[in-house]
Amino acid sequence: MLLDLPVISEEQVEILLSDLLEHYGYDFTGYSKASIKRRVLRLYMLDKAVSFAEFRFKIINDQVYFKRFVEQITVNVTEMFRDPGFFKTLRNEVLPKLGTYPFIRIWLAGCSTGEEAFSMSIILKELNLLHKSLIYATDLNPTVLEKAAQGMFSLSQMKQYSENYILSGGTKDFSSYYTAKYSLAKFDEELKHKIIFSTHNLVSDHSFNEFQLILCRNVLIYFDRDLQQKVLNLFDESLEDLGYLALGTKETLDFTSVAKKYKRLPLEKIWRKVS
Amino acid sequence: MEKCKALVIGGSAGSLDVLLKVLPNLSNSLSFPVIIVVHRKHGADSLLPDLLSGKTKLVVKEVDEKEPLVAGTIYVAPSDYHLLIEQDQTFSLDYSEKVNYSRPAIDVTFQTAAEVYGDKLACLLLSGSNADGVNGLKTVKDYGGITLIQDPLTAQVAYMPAQAALHVDIDYALKIEDMAPFINLLSE
Repeated sequence: MLLDLPVISEEQVEILLSDLLEHYGYDFTGYSKASIKRRVLRLYMLDKAVSFAEFRFKIINDQVYFKRFVEQITVNVTEMFRDPGFFKTLRNEVLPKLGTYPFIRIWLAGCSTGEEAFSMSIILKELNLLHKSLIYATDLNPTVLEKAAQGMFSLSQMKQYSENYILSGGTKDFSSYYTAKYSLAKFDEELKHKIIFSTHNLVSDHSFNEFQLILCRNVLIYFDRDLQQKVLNLFDESLEDLGYLALGTKETLDFTSVAKKYKRLPLEKIWRKVS
Repeated sequence: MEKCKALVIGGSAGSLDVLLKVLPNLSNSLSFPVIIVVHRKHGADSLLPDLLSGKTKLVVKEVDEKEPLVAGTIYVAPSDYHLLIEQDQTFSLDYSEKVNYSRPAIDVTFQTAAEVYGDKLACLLLSGSNADGVNGLKTVKDYGGITLIQDPLTAQVAYMPAQAALHVDIDYALKIEDMAPFINLLSE
């Protein structure tokens, strides 16, 4: 009688997530349920799966499809200089402070296809800090990292990115940073010399260095409260004293156990580790 | 309906005026939360909740992620995120692809609300110039919830409610002045 109801139930999503954990070691069980269910359902329909059993079998037994599954159920939407006000604060306040250090280590966690890593590189270059900086851009998803490492983004996005860049305090001609190649904009090689793209899973991997700046924007929204807390602890362990932690516009450190060690910068979702 | 557990209102072009007229006449003690999802430009974040809270004694706030839904509160979807409702009756936000060229998409909130509240949900689709919300209303109907639209004749931009009327079994098409009394009746 209910013809248009979703073809996958919450229980079936749970089954798929425990399969992923068991067969591949990817743990999505701490992800927000509604969002992940929507992603799974979207892929199920997009790929015109015949039945749940077939869909499940394919994920378990077909490596290539498993990769696609992980890529599709995680959200990889991003842009350059998203939230220009945030990047303006990085440019005018945060990075000049870090510029007094001999060396700047930055961790961009959940970097997806790399748009923010290249945005960061551009600002560092303009502040004359790129030569002594290193950006660790990580994601759980190897496929998006391959794309990120190419440094090629859709040319049709450049108008928007250029506007964002100017609003974020950029004064150069944005198009001087890339060369148009058919429908793609290829960013200067120089910009990626100081970026290290690497897989890292926030759920299961440990701290791998100490940083002066950690950015993780619009990743925590996909995690439940427990997992958010766990990941914030990981960031806290990986951040030097007086280092900065930047989250997405709707994410917060408030009400978490690390909150008392941090002081928020006015207006932006950037916190400084003060003790 | 036995007992309404949540009301979701979706709107686009021409819906703000409707909200400004409806909110002052809502009961001060609604027995369910009201969730408002309107298309708006990214960046003008706090303006809409401020504007709306001047029109009602109910608490109006922009949604924080993982926040639990509380009766008698009016929640506004933040710009540039999809707004989802979880089974444990908390909100989550999602920055995935736009749906119907929109983020937040009304469809996403209607659909996830339907999965949580089933036949104890009412959804109202207001004035607008695209068809966002139509598929969501279909899901609401499938789950036995109440489907409401602004009477297209009273809408500044009739397309959105008219599309809903064309594709979904609509329970009531409401004139602007009838909306608040209807919503108050849903409250126990």
